[in-house]
Amino acid sequence: MSDSIDKKLVRHVAKLARISMSDAQATAMGSQLGAILSYFDKLKELDTEKVEPMAHPLDFTNVLADDQLGASLSCEQALANAPQRDECFFLVPKVIGDSQ
Amino acid sequence: MTTTTADKITPIIGMEIHVELDTATKMFCRCRNRFGDPPNTNVCPVCLGLPGALPVMNRQAVEFSMKAGLALGCTVSAFSKWDRKSYYYPDLPKNYQISQYDLPLNVGGAIEVPLADGQVKRVGIIRAHLEEDAGKNLHDDPTSTKVDLNRAGTPLLEIVSQPDMHSAEEAGAYGRAMQRLVRWLSVSQANMQMGHMRFEPNINLHIEREGALYKTPIVEVKNLNSFRSLERCVEFEIQRQYAQWRQDPNYTLEKLGKENRGFDDVTGKTVFQREKEEAHDYRYFPDPDLMPVVVDEAWSGRIAAQIGELPLPRRARYMQQYALSFKEADALTQDAPSGNLLDEAVAAGATAKRVTNLLLGRIAATANERGCCLAEVGITAGQLAELAKMMDAGTVSASAADRVLVEMIEKGGEPLTTAKALNLLAVTDTAQLEAWVDQAITANPEIVAQIRAGDKKADKARGFLMGQIMKLSAGKAPPAQAKAMLERKLIG
Ligand SMILES: [Zn+2]
Repeated sequence: MSDSIDKKLVRHVAKLARISMSDAQATAMGSQLGAILSYFDKLKELDTEKVEPMAHPLDFTNVLADDQLGASLSCEQALANAPQRDECFFLVPKVIGDSQ
Repeated sequence: MTTTTADKITPIIGMEIHVELDTATKMFCRCRNRFGDPPNTNVCPVCLGLPGALPVMNRQAVEFSMKAGLALGCTVSAFSKWDRKSYYYPDLPKNYQISQYDLPLNVGGAIEVPLADGQVKRVGIIRAHLEEDAGKNLHDDPTSTKVDLNRAGTPLLEIVSQPDMHSAEEAGAYGRAMQRLVRWLSVSQANMQMGHMRFEPNINLHIEREGALYKTPIVEVKNLNSFRSLERCVEFEIQRQYAQWRQDPNYTLEKLGKENRGFDDVTGKTVFQREKEEAHDYRYFPDPDLMPVVVDEAWSGRIAAQIGELPLPRRARYMQQYALSFKEADALTQDAPSGNLLDEAVAAGATAKRVTNLLLGRIAATANERGCCLAEVGITAGQLAELAKMMDAGTVSASAADRVLVEMIEKGGEPLTTAKALNLLAVTDTAQLEAWVDQAITANPEIVAQIRAGDKKADKARGFLMGQIMKLSAGKAPPAQAKAMLERKLIG
């Protein structure tokens, strides 16, 4: 596998992460990401046929909290760093629909 | 459906239902889980997605999900884990949703769905997994969007059905059965107005024409939040897909695959929604902040033991054990506490029929006015039993019992003391009773003559005289005694 991923893929990933990128940055990112991915190609050489997939590197399970009310922030605290607000709402550029 | 040819059309309908779980706090933080609070007041660093904040899973959310899963006949997975579903949206502050991808909590199962004609339809369940809800975007401004994150991170159970439904009616009945079940289990309030249940049907048609089978694209409609929208949407899609396929033979599953459409409540139509190019590139991966959940048999057994009798088996039992009609039994199995009143009153020695009449009469009317369930009217099983036994013993007449009940609903109090206070106890003084019976007989000579002549309307005439006696006594004549005395006098 080549050491660089193509610019189209870089742009796709950047778009998913909502990152804008100049042409020069996309080229540079292509070779940097390519180097990282080629390391994963190295890992792929290992035979993992008989290895169970790992859900978590730590060996804990069932870390659960009781359903007891705790402290929340006030809306003033919550909005303290908001670039824009409308009373107690966060204000963002117009979006269409809901995520779900 | 109108078909111009001999086409045989089978709608194939599956559904995802999102159910908001009724926990006190959110899924990964201890902010309050409640609808209707002032915006951004139930928020903290965890549910705002602030850097460095760490989630801790709510045990109650896991147990509510297990309870619903077990009631649906699912297998609770011995091992399940949490995954991140990545996408950017203002109502999702972390930029990923915590969900369960390949190892959901509940797998397989089915629900019995009662249909309008009394038949029961079985709908298969593929999986029921736990995930977090997003916040709310408000679109009332033309240039910007307001975001309230009170709902962000609240627990949702996503229940995915098999494509086992074949009509709008079945889809609606499935939604209602699920609402009844989650309420029955007390895992969700399942209040449609508060958005506690949201439906996403997927619909396509299998069309047989001249021995060949054609399939239309699978249309998925998101975010329907009433039974009426669900039924209208499914019905519209069935008609629309058939019409479109007849116009365009390329309108098939093979050529077009899946398609997203949105339902407009005002026009009653669905509209095509262009997929955002990379919308499905969710890049799921295991959440490193959350530990897997391991469920052993002891734990799932404890949860299973909380379930008890489910609505449809209980409905069948009421018809068999108490000889209730389908309608009565159905009305008393809409939620568990209301039916419990009947069972407990019968256990306290009352007859089922009497208690049923009290519950479905004045108490149901009050519940209906207040928009609550029968049990929430506030009459206890003990009070019901006492009142029913007073009626059986003739201590109060039916009309007096109703007045006692009205008083108890409004002001509280026990049946006997209330009946005494209202002077509604039946009169056991024989002389007084005789006076009322005599008065009824004297005032209605033709009726009495009819009965004595053995007229075929004699039964009706007897009923009329009894009515007169009850009227004269203002409901205080004990019916059985009055009837016996009347008979003796009619013969004599
Ligand atoms: Zn929080």
